Amino acid sequence: MNNCTERLYNGIIKENPTFVLMLGMCPTLATTTSAINGLSMGLTTTVVLAASNALISCLRNIIPNKVRIPGYIVVIASLVTIVQLLLKAYLPAVDSALGLYIPLIVVNCIILGRAESYASKNGVLPSLFDGIGMGLGFTFGLTCIGIVREILGSGSIFNFRFWPQNFDTIAIFVMAPGAFFVLACLTALQNKFKMPSATNVTGPQMACGGNCASCQGSSCAANKGLFEAERAAAKAEKARKAKEAAAAKKAAAQAAAAKAVTEKKED
Amino acid sequence: MSQMILLFISSMLVSNVVLSQFLGICPFLGVSKKTETAAGMGAAVIFVITIAAAITWPINHFLLVPNEAEYLQTIVFILVIAGLVQFVEMVLKKMMPALYQSLGVFLPLITTNCAVLGVASNNASNYPDDFLMSIAYALGISFGFLIAIVLMASIRERIEHNDIPESFKGSPIVLITAGLMAIAFCGFSGLIKL
Repeated sequence: MNNCTERLYNGIIKENPTFVLMLGMCPTLATTTSAINGLSMGLTTTVVLAASNALISCLRNIIPNKVRIPGYIVVIASLVTIVQLLLKAYLPAVDSALGLYIPLIVVNCIILGRAESYASKNGVLPSLFDGIGMGLGFTFGLTCIGIVREILGSGSIFNFRFWPQNFDTIAIFVMAPGAFFVLACLTALQNKFKMPSATNVTGPQMACGGNCASCQGSSCAANKGLFEAERAAAKAEKARKAKEAAAAKKAAAQAAAAKAVTEKKED
Repeated sequence: MSQMILLFISSMLVSNVVLSQFLGICPFLGVSKKTETAAGMGAAVIFVITIAAAITWPINHFLLVPNEAEYLQTIVFILVIAGLVQFVEMVLKKMMPALYQSLGVFLPLITTNCAVLGVASNNASNYPDDFLMSIAYALGISFGFLIAIVLMASIRERIEHNDIPESFKGSPIVLITAGLMAIAFCGFSGLIKL
């Protein structure tokens, strides 16, 4: 069970798909016009992600290695269709708000990425929890961006308007350009505070070349290794510098003491 | 005919695929560092989206709709697109090596471009009975992508050597640029009423 909670923590905080890995940008930009839209898109993706991770983990020894990507795509597309039909039947409001972006969950690189990098190598239960964790992390990211855009753009949170009716809001934030601006400010803040994120990599080149267009979602594990090595190197460097500084301080103190002794002798 | 031209222009400018529908953001941000590569990517996208629309429309019209199997659209379309990209790559390599040389590297990247699937499923829901309209829509969307990515690449070449605030270097300034371009494209809304 410890492993499962670790997967949840990893997905929601440590490798948050929106803030840290910067995956699945199309739905992140398109469906966050309000907090409720972001939340529903995130939860829909979570359902697909958890189910696809569990299924692909079950099938990992059956699918031949050479055709695994088409196999994963068929599994994911079937699950997306099931979820789409369920939404049409039980939550038609969500279906009409998200529209085209529900079938496009198929090409969301988080799902194929987790299938390739985690579910195809691990057991069913950890994969399921990995899917849930990643999905909740994605939901968290989308809801946060949605809340910011909704507050600025329409003066409300979850459709509850707290801004006085006759006050103007910055309507551009609920329109298309606002999505780019909010995301730009988010990545700028991450750069500013040097938070771990796919956008402020300075040291090693990412294993995938940093080219999101060619992202197959499969080299993220290698990237993670690189980043961890870099972080460890930075830590070691810091420790070495601290040691050097301490040594220098010690030497200075000794010199001062020696000087004091000689001065005393001269007296 | 005029309906088709109007649809072409409106899907190219008014509802631009990248800047107002947010499809194909990944290649838009990833392959827009140089104008030549951006133009190559745009050309490859025009090629694949148009062929994908021309193939998915008959599949939807003659196979899925008569058999009441529209719910299979997503699965069928994504498989057709993935297969098509591979097939186009092989054919180009064999028949037109010159074109393959210029588009080749971009072709495999396009399977992950959600604009292709988006156009196919939009066509299936909006123009299930009109082949020419769906082709006009596909052409409009893909030319819109070409315009957006080439503009973006030329702006990025210009801002590369500018004095950008430290924390905005890299992707934040690109996103800001994209936002400003999206504002500019908002000016096209109201140009055409379909």
